[in-house]
Amino acid sequence: MANPSVSKEVYSTQKGNVAIIYAGDYLNKQSGERVEYECNRHLSTGYKSLVISFRETKIVNSIGVSILIGIIESAKKTDSTLVFSEANRQTISLFNMLGLTKHVLIAESENEALDVVTNRLSEKK
Amino acid sequence: MVENIQKFLHTFSALADLGQEIADTHEFNEMASTALHLVLGTLAVMRGAIGEYNPEYGSIRLIAKRNLDNNLPTELLLDYFENRELCQVGISSVSAEESESKVLDFVTNNIEWLNEAQVELVLPLVVRERLVGIILLGEKASGENYTVEDKAVLSSMSRHIAVGLQERRQREELERRNREIKQLYDGLRTIYRDTVRAFAAAIDCKDKYTQGHSDRVGKYCEIIARELGWDEEEVEGMMIAGYLHDVGKLAVERNIINAPYRINAKESSELNKHPMVGFEILSPIRHPYADIPQAARYHHERLDGRGYPEGLKGDEIPLGAKIVTVADSFDAMTTDRPYRRRRSLEDVLEDFQRNTGKQFDPRVVVAFFRAMLKEITNSGVEKRFRRLLGRDYMNAETLPVKLQELISKIEGHKTAAAA
Repeated sequence: MANPSVSKEVYSTQKGNVAIIYAGDYLNKQSGERVEYECNRHLSTGYKSLVISFRETKIVNSIGVSILIGIIESAKKTDSTLVFSEANRQTISLFNMLGLTKHVLIAESENEALDVVTNRLSEKK
Repeated sequence: MVENIQKFLHTFSALADLGQEIADTHEFNEMASTALHLVLGTLAVMRGAIGEYNPEYGSIRLIAKRNLDNNLPTELLLDYFENRELCQVGISSVSAEESESKVLDFVTNNIEWLNEAQVELVLPLVVRERLVGIILLGEKASGENYTVEDKAVLSSMSRHIAVGLQERRQREELERRNREIKQLYDGLRTIYRDTVRAFAAAIDCKDKYTQGHSDRVGKYCEIIARELGWDEEEVEGMMIAGYLHDVGKLAVERNIINAPYRINAKESSELNKHPMVGFEILSPIRHPYADIPQAARYHHERLDGRGYPEGLKGDEIPLGAKIVTVADSFDAMTTDRPYRRRRSLEDVLEDFQRNTGKQFDPRVVVAFFRAMLKEITNSGVEKRFRRLLGRDYMNAETLPVKLQELISKIEGHKTAAAA
């Protein structure tokens, strides 16, 4: 896979064994591919818990939705936990309307997301 | 109500993006991949693919896919009836329970892998009743069935994508035809060139002393045109002009051409008709290059007006004819004739120096001898002069200096004249 340069808007960090990917302010094709790249990079290096933070995200367009579905599928295939955190009301409403919330956990804050994945890991053990 | 508005805006925005994507993207695979993203993202469909139909092979090749098993067949063969049915039926469900009409033959014939790939919907991509591709879609993220509204949106998107595919196919077809025409044209040019060379050989056969003359003049003309920086087509045209410059000699008595003595005035007058005869022979032919008849007509004109057949002066003489004049004269001086041996190259250079500005155009002479100088001084340059003149003819150590002097003097005269 090509390595799309990660912009200031999309970046990732790790807290313990959880990778957190910040989605930027507008999730479209360009930023979506960067988010997907970051997610796949972490999954391929053994991370089993991903949090995608929509802290800065104002809009998610159709391509963004399609890319998120791809990330959901990748997480499922690797038996990993995926949490969407800090999405604004409009984005949550979009995810609900389209049914994405049936496939992914939603957290209001980053801490809540970290708690969710920690609990999931404990359950799996 | 709010959800409906949001759904409408999400869909509307995707349709707008799709239209723009198809209009803007020149890279086809990128367009297909983005179009698939837009279809999947609009209704949050978990998986899907776009396939392009190739009418020549009657097959569909998947050109974009998302979240589908890699074991999918890369190419699907369609028979005539499957094709017709896809064009007529429109969006169809894979499952018999969900299908509003009879399940497509295409689905029945491919049901095993369609089920394995969790494909739920088949969207034929049709333009003017012709199949251009298909879209395969999996289940919606919501787990709900596709609604009538969903299918209306998908139908609209598939029309956009079908047009995009069709345009690409037409563009490719146009490019293919252009390539074929180009090949045909190149073939015809080769035939034309070979015919001209055969014709040139026939002209030279009439004169036992000047065999190969037209061929050599053609090659010298090519060298000059290339040195003058002309494009490939013009260079080739100039070469052809060289091959054909003496075609008018076909109408001159063989005993005049082959006379082993200096011909008399009457014979000379007869011989001097050959440029005009050549022009008359060449004029009715539609040559792929410009000015070939003119080059034959004026290749015995001189800058000072003392040439024939019309006594043109300076810029009245076409440049193509001036090039042939230099090439023709050089070959005449450097080959044996019935009444004399060929002259030494030093002697020839002196002749050109004396007659440049009177008989020969300085630009042409400079280009000609600059090409010769490049060949002598640069080992990487093709040895064309050496092949045409013979290995020993150009061996004088002083030759590069003499050529440089000749070029400098002519250029000096040109500069002085311009000042």
